[in-house]
Amino acid sequence: MDWQYFMELFLGGLTRGSIYALIAIGYTMVYGIIELINFAHGEVYMLGAFVGLIIAGVLGIMGFPAPAILVLAAIVAIIYCASYGYTMEKVAYKPLRGAGRLSPLISAIGMSLFLQNYIILAQTSDFLPFPRLIPDFAFIEPIAHVFGSSDFVIVATSAFFMAGLTLFIKYTKMGKAMRATAQNRKMAMLLGVDSDRVISITFIIGSSLAALGGVLIASHVGMVNFAIGFLAGIKAFTAAVLGGIGSIPGAMLGGLFLGLSESFATGYISSDYEDVFAFTLLVVFLIFRPSGIMGKAKVEKV
Amino acid sequence: MNELRKSFLVSLWFMFLTFPIMVIRVNTVEKIVVWRWENMAMIGIGSFVLSFVWRWAIRRKEASDAVAASGQKKTGRMAELAENPSLTNSLKALFLVGFLVTPWLVTTYQTNILISFLLYVVLGLGLNVIVGVAGLLFLGHAAFYAIGAYSYALLNQYFGLGFWFALPLGGVFAALAGIALAFPVLRLRGDYLAIVTLGFGEIVRLLLENLSDITGGPSGISNIPRPGFFDIKLSVADANIYIYYIVLALAIITIIAVSRLKDSRIGRALQALREDEVACEAMGIDRVGVKVMAFGLGTAWAGFAGVIFAAKTTFINPASFTFFESAIILSIVVLGGMGSNLGVILGSAFLVLLPEYLRAFSEYRMIMFATAMVLMMVFRPQGLIPAKGRTYTVDDPDLVTADGGANK
Repeated sequence: MDWQYFMELFLGGLTRGSIYALIAIGYTMVYGIIELINFAHGEVYMLGAFVGLIIAGVLGIMGFPAPAILVLAAIVAIIYCASYGYTMEKVAYKPLRGAGRLSPLISAIGMSLFLQNYIILAQTSDFLPFPRLIPDFAFIEPIAHVFGSSDFVIVATSAFFMAGLTLFIKYTKMGKAMRATAQNRKMAMLLGVDSDRVISITFIIGSSLAALGGVLIASHVGMVNFAIGFLAGIKAFTAAVLGGIGSIPGAMLGGLFLGLSESFATGYISSDYEDVFAFTLLVVFLIFRPSGIMGKAKVEKV
Repeated sequence: MNELRKSFLVSLWFMFLTFPIMVIRVNTVEKIVVWRWENMAMIGIGSFVLSFVWRWAIRRKEASDAVAASGQKKTGRMAELAENPSLTNSLKALFLVGFLVTPWLVTTYQTNILISFLLYVVLGLGLNVIVGVAGLLFLGHAAFYAIGAYSYALLNQYFGLGFWFALPLGGVFAALAGIALAFPVLRLRGDYLAIVTLGFGEIVRLLLENLSDITGGPSGISNIPRPGFFDIKLSVADANIYIYYIVLALAIITIIAVSRLKDSRIGRALQALREDEVACEAMGIDRVGVKVMAFGLGTAWAGFAGVIFAAKTTFINPASFTFFESAIILSIVVLGGMGSNLGVILGSAFLVLLPEYLRAFSEYRMIMFATAMVLMMVFRPQGLIPAKGRTYTVDDPDLVTADGGANK
């Protein structure tokens, strides 16, 4: 067994996996609370990358230093995507509450197509180069050929935000309200939880994390395009399903699992079938194990 | 005053929201920033006006929901017109004659547009069986379109089969694939089913792309022969008209078959299953059998359409069968009215013909359809022309109670 190669694949999978996990959290939280597959979530991620690119471009021309640009671009992207998520929910999903399962899903597909075409019309349908913003850290130099500083930043940032989210859900009043709404919305409303507000906050948190993922991955890969949201969205949804949809720790675990298994599958089997692998995993899990890897045990929602 | 303030806030919000995307365009290579402030003004004014319309529409919808809840039945003007048999029959005859003579009057280019319109009618009607009648949200229709197209292309390439042999085979292969997909996915709930069919569609496309030895990979298969007409070599224009008549025939057959299907035993079972599965099983409906049949009956049409598509373009590649294609077909069904065949025809007319004839509009085609999809779901989930179930009237006075409702 070639340890060097194994570690390379493992660390590559870790980076991928943390991005999947960041996006998957948005799917899983929304699903946990209103049982909707927010099809447009991948597009929010794409939007985050675009806003990040625009802000980074403007600041870059104004001559800011790279780390400051990265932080500012990420913050602005988060603010904007949170606003988009909030507005999207108000326009496309809220009027449909209580209208069955399929109408909101079709509305979400419409929303996703809308956002893609919005970018095509207002920006471009070409691939745009994203500036390299993550500086090279000295301490990561010895392993930079397998785990560069952008990988480090991605893994560290996502770990930080996921830990923060876990604490938020566990210890704040809003987090408690979220858990209550996910368990039983009617009962939570009867006990004085403002469910509309909880839903809005859910969309805001999910979209912020997606935006963060978008900016991070864009500066890692160096390319942005209107279509990146579709594949990332499906893969993140796969991650959410793997971990048991509705469960936040599950989404994190599912993201890592998907990232690692994708990385190993492409490394040891064939890189031609990378996407086929993810889709197959999605289909197989939805059919045979819709409750996720952890199986029958009732997963705690949110 | 309050309304004005609300709209003002909405327009401020949207101006903020669209600011980076709509206003700034940055070129990081040449370091140029373009500020497009005129877009922001447009967004501001547009959202100000639209927010009034939006609130008015929401109020109207709530009012009509209240009317519906109080039990009053309301039929639209369109629905009433559609019920008049002499009018509909003469209209049908008129359209048929119109469609029969058109290819001789218009250019090859126009005929091509009509062919793609009719192909979308067939695709939409097929999907309508699954989405509209059976109520299963299906996001992988393009895969079956691809299966049809590739069946013809590959059978022709490797076995030299002609168009007329491939046409039924394409439909059969697509139907078999639909049935094969149906068995494992049927126990899934609505939204999971949608995602699985999407995944299936993408897997089919990626396989076509990656199995380069057989399918030619991303570059596809070219030089697919057009259908022959009794061994006579047709010119391109004539072959086009010939294909037009084949699609027209297929579309008419589809329309007849699908509308007969809806009122058949299977069709009624499907509609009943859409409403309540448990009750249906209690009534002795074979849930799995009926749904599998719905998949097969819906996807077969996509297979036929695929064969014709391959023959028409003489070149196919996997890029024609992306999720985007499935979404277009789905939006045809949703816009037209789920379960309504006339609606599907109208929906494909909107989607294919309008952008073609209003050139200025074609750039905005997809964004308008995406918007329409959302708006339809919010304001008119039943579509442009709602599906009509079979209605029975009771004439016997003994069976009718005073309030006009039937007694038992």
